[in-house]
Amino acid sequence: MRKYTPKDNVQKKSYYTDRFWVAPRIPREAVEEGTHFAKVVAKMGEFVKEAYVERGQLVIHIDAKENFNAIKRLKEECGYAQCSEQSAVDYLAQDGEFELFYQFLNLNEAKRVRIVCRIKENESIESIEPLFKSANFAEREIYDMFGIKINNHSYMKRILMPDDWEGYPLRKTYPLQGDEFAQWYEVDKIFGKEYREVIGPENRDPARIDRYDTKRFSRVGYEVPFGADISEGETPTPIEYSETLLVDYNKDAGKQLNERK
Amino acid sequence: MAQHQVNYASSAGLPIALTTVDHILNWGRSNSLWPLTYGLACCAIEMMASGASRYDFDRMGTIFRASPRQADVMILAGTLSKKHAEFARRLYDQMTEPKWVISMGSCANTGGMFNTYATVQGVDRIVPVDIYLPGCAPRPETLQYALMMLQKKIRRESANMKKNTKQNLRVI
Repeated sequence: MRKYTPKDNVQKKSYYTDRFWVAPRIPREAVEEGTHFAKVVAKMGEFVKEAYVERGQLVIHIDAKENFNAIKRLKEECGYAQCSEQSAVDYLAQDGEFELFYQFLNLNEAKRVRIVCRIKENESIESIEPLFKSANFAEREIYDMFGIKINNHSYMKRILMPDDWEGYPLRKTYPLQGDEFAQWYEVDKIFGKEYREVIGPENRDPARIDRYDTKRFSRVGYEVPFGADISEGETPTPIEYSETLLVDYNKDAGKQLNERK
Repeated sequence: MAQHQVNYASSAGLPIALTTVDHILNWGRSNSLWPLTYGLACCAIEMMASGASRYDFDRMGTIFRASPRQADVMILAGTLSKKHAEFARRLYDQMTEPKWVISMGSCANTGGMFNTYATVQGVDRIVPVDIYLPGCAPRPETLQYALMMLQKKIRRESANMKKNTKQNLRVI
């Protein structure tokens, strides 16, 4: 098999993109004095690299190496007892980095906080599973989709894709319709690679009509026997109408009809 | 010497039927099509509705089975992911001959709207399909029609299982 070489953001090609489209940015507001979020920022203290409010949610940028301690303090001292989501964003093409984010909910205050940190491609990050049980699956998914290794995770294994899968599907370099490994995965696994020729490549366009395929398609008015070779053209087989059921009105159709015409 | 001799040729009302082995075997097969309960996605909801009282597949002798060993028909109802393809093929292999496959819905037929890396682009890549059932999702009437078409197909077949030689792999 050919080795997979990463191409920058090949997923983009699958979609129509407007060259003049500028994605709207959510305004970043400063943390106001005296609010609940101001107290959170004050308690987080030295961990905070940058903090602002986006759509009523506090966003705190931290150093990736300190993620466990920062989140521990957020949980124990600020009351953020639920980790509702964590995942990553691929900025490898732009900045050579992943952005990891953790989304927390304070059930008493009904407030949400997002912790954001950035890591390089080959770096790993500490698991927050000892703090939040929900991190178990979320971190496995991060590993499955982005290939980010999580340190001290209890069961570091792919969660959605098969265990023997190659590549990380949510990276921008992963083609939407799969690389060669993905396109032949089920054939290789069930029948073996030698059956690739028998089964043939995937048809990614179900509406495709092959002009010269007489096994699956038949041209009306040019019908040929099943599987006949028509690469050099075919003879027309004019449509014949049954006299009793259908009447071809273009033909001379008898005295009465000609009178009506 | 029997006292009452029966004239078979003239007595139409007697409980005797003449038939071929092909015919009677296919009659039996086509009227007891037991599908494997194999719901993969939302098409399974329609398949369940078909089996339930309103559409009542039981009246056609179609009784859903939970084991591939007892099933004749595999109704692949829904999106088949690449991770699951291996198990779908294994279940197909576990079914006893003769066996048939109905591919139910757009996703099973061609991958449907899931034109992605993780979906099998048509279940005919892994199992030989007898009937492709279009729709997203097909209504129970459509599934019923597919089963009736399959019955028709079975009745046309020869009772010796020669047709299954083609089933080893899909032949285009």
